[in-house]
Parts: sequence; structure tokens; C-alpha cells
Amino acid sequence: MSIFEYNGSALVAMVGKNCFAIASDRRLGVQLQTIATDFQRISKIHDKLFIGLSGLATDAQTLYQRLVFRHKLYQLREERDMKPETFASLVSAILYEKRQFGPYFCQPVIAGLGDDDKPFICTMDSIGAKELAKDFVVAGTASESLYGACESMFKPDMEPEELFETISQALLSSVDRDCLSGWGGHVYVVTPIEVKERILKGRMD
Amino acid sequence: MKLDTTGLESFPTLLAPQNDVVGDLSAAPSFDLPNSNDFDGFLKEAIQMVKPAKGTTTLAFIFKEGVMVAADSRASMGGYISSQSVKKIIEINPYMLGTMAGGAADCQFWHRNLGIKCRLHELANKRRISVTGASKLLANILYSYRGMGLSVGTMIAGWDETGPGLYYVDSEGGRLKGTRFSVGSGSPYAYGVLDSGYRYDLSVEEAAELARRAIYHATFRDGASGGVASVYYVGPNGWKKLSGDDVGELHYHYYPVTPSTVEQEMVEATGA
Repeated sequence: MSIFEYNGSALVAMVGKNCFAIASDRRLGVQLQTIATDFQRISKIHDKLFIGLSGLATDAQTLYQRLVFRHKLYQLREERDMKPETFASLVSAILYEKRQFGPYFCQPVIAGLGDDDKPFICTMDSIGAKELAKDFVVAGTASESLYGACESMFKPDMEPEELFETISQALLSSVDRDCLSGWGGHVYVVTPIEVKERILKGRMD
Repeated sequence: MKLDTTGLESFPTLLAPQNDVVGDLSAAPSFDLPNSNDFDGFLKEAIQMVKPAKGTTTLAFIFKEGVMVAADSRASMGGYISSQSVKKIIEINPYMLGTMAGGAADCQFWHRNLGIKCRLHELANKRRISVTGASKLLANILYSYRGMGLSVGTMIAGWDETGPGLYYVDSEGGRLKGTRFSVGSGSPYAYGVLDSGYRYDLSVEEAAELARRAIYHATFRDGASGGVASVYYVGPNGWKKLSGDDVGELHYHYYPVTPSTVEQEMVEATGA
């Protein structure tokens, strides 16, 4: 069994019209045993930039702390927030540092609003190979079923409310085919003027 | 000079004439052998790949009024959920039930086989087979295939002339009589609920609720268990299915979500 599947996770981000949504499941398990059902995989870097870290939970938390640290240093030196593109490059560089002697066992999903509120989403492998997408990105143990769900449910240029419905349905139906993720969902819908955070009720098995 | 290698060839080709029709018939039939040093390991791995082994929670217990049998309904292959609607409680005859854990095909086939043997016993002896007898029939078959890769973990529950009966039988050859069993990857969780809530003088309703709760809690903690919690009761008049609840709904029945109230609301500031 892969170390990426030790804790179980499902992560997805979608682009809408001048907005984006990022969603994850809420389970933290040790292989098949469910330990917690209120786990946070998505974190806010600033008001218009979010990162979700799928894979090994301990590495996800460590990596998150390092990223927040580096972002705070950037804010102090530059007196502004990081652009999503810049942040993605930072994450990529930090991951590649560990290329030789053991990587962080995480697959990140980054979503943010850039200059003139253009949505940006991207994912990476555990050693920092960036993969940009125009529509949606997925990660985690439920990634195969998420690809299927997103491929069939996604439409370009959705408004925030429709985007929320789409990403939620895609997430909930995907985790129903995965033993290691689910137990509820966590969705953020980000527009230029507000961030809407919602907790989803889901099947608890 | 050319080496004579005919001695290295297998026996039939030496004798068989170079005639295709006759040559094929005289050769002993055989399978290609896998190109591997660890033959036994390869075989074990190959069998594991073909077998949709299911994570499971099943339980059964004897109480004052009879036997209660319950199970989940999920079938998984690795992390993938291949079905949420599997019948894991197998109806052997109107007075006897079997539960399914381990390989789906092995359990289904040998329970059907047991059903046939029980019916034949009934016709030959003009009375129904005892639960003891039936479970021993199954255990003996499984023991004769021991070490050949069968994967079966089952409970045989029923009502016979001596009253309620419950046996645990597995493919390693084990056969245990008892009043309380749980089998499968979710069994530790089910035992936790079952052991703390069990009393011999439970009513049918209380026993059904205990079984349902035990399955529900197992599906919550165990990633490989889920779907529907089915509960069967076997009494003096045979078995009866009492319920089949979707555990997705059962969770919110046991733990209703209370809508959180807003503690404080932002208000527009009134003039300076």
C-alpha cells in the first residue's frame, strides 16, 4: 500500500466565471480505520489564495506551516500578497528541495484569484512538477472517480452558486466509490468580493 | 558439428510423428508456467488479484427469543468500492442463515452447496438437519480444501429441535459454538457495541436495535464496511428479515445535526 494512501483524501478545485471553488473530504484515517471526521486539508494563504494538500497528513501539515512561514516573509519584504502563480512556483521549489533524499508525500492543489481577478488553479506531484489547468484539477485517493465526475459535470464559466453545486455533487459522488475518503465535505467558493465556506453533510460510511 | 538436443525435449514429441492432428492429441495437456523464481509467491499473489476480497462486518448472537443476524452490504477491491448492495446474509433454508465474509464467490458457492446437502439430509431422514450438523458439514468440506486458497469466514445461525444454534466456521478449518460472534474487518468495532449492550433477556426489538447499532458503528469506523445494515431474526418459526437501513441515513438518525445559531450579527452602523 502506497504511503500516499495511508490517511486517505479527496481534493478538487474548479474554475468558474471570475471565481473558483476548492473542495475536500473531511476524513483522517489510518488505512481503513477512521480516526477523525473533521480534518482540514484546505488552508487559506490569503483572502484570494487557497491550498489543499492531499496525501500523507503529517507531511501536509508540515508543508503548510513552511508555506505560511515563507508567505509571511514575502509579505514583510514586499508589503503585498503573493500572486497565485508566484505561490505555485514557491510550492514547487520547496517540494523539489526534497527531491533527492525523500519527498513530502503530498500532492498539492493550489487555487487563487490573480491580477484583475483571473482565476488560477494548478496541481503538482510530490516533487514539484507543476500542472496548470483551465477547468478543474483533482488529487487524492478518490482522484480517479473525481476525474470521471468532473469530466461529466463541469461546464465553463459557471456563476458561484452553480459552481458550488457542481463541485459539491462531484465530490460527494466520487467519495462514495472510495473506501479511504468521504465522511463529509468542505467547500470554499471564492469570488472577488467574498469567500463562502460550507460544510457538506455526506454518507458517514 | 551440431549438438543433439532431442534428449532435452519433452517425452511425447520424441514419440509423436510430425503430424499435427495426432501430435496434439498425444501431448499431455499443460499450462504455461509463470516466469518467476518464487512460484508459490506468484501463485498466492495471482489468486489475491482475481479474488474480490471484501471488507465486511457481520455479526450474530443468541438471546432469549432466538438468534439475531446482521451484516453490512459493501464489497470493495482495495480502496475501490465495487458494490454497496451485496447480500451478505445467505438464506440456506427457511430455518437457517449463513453470513458471508472473505471471498464472495467462495462463500456463495459453498453456502449453496451446503443448502443442497441440507435438503438431501431432510429427504433422507424425514427431519430437518440440526445447526450443529449443518455447520459440521460445511467445516468438513472447508477443511478438505485447507491450504488451497479458499477464503471463507462464516456464521451458521438457525433454529432446530434443540432450539437456537450458532456456529462460527472458517476456511482454516475452525468451527466454534458460541452465543456471540462477529466476523470481518469491521468486527472489532461491532464487538465493542455488541459486548457493551448484550444481555440474554433482550426482547426481539431491543436485540434488533443492538445488532443494527453495532453494524452502523462498524461502518462508521471501518472504511471497508458500509452500505445497508440488514437485520435478520431466526425464531421457532424460521427466519424473518426485520430491517434494511441505509447507514447514510442511519447516521443522521442517531446523530441529528442541529443547525448552529448565529451568535452575533453584523449591523449597519447608524449615523455618526
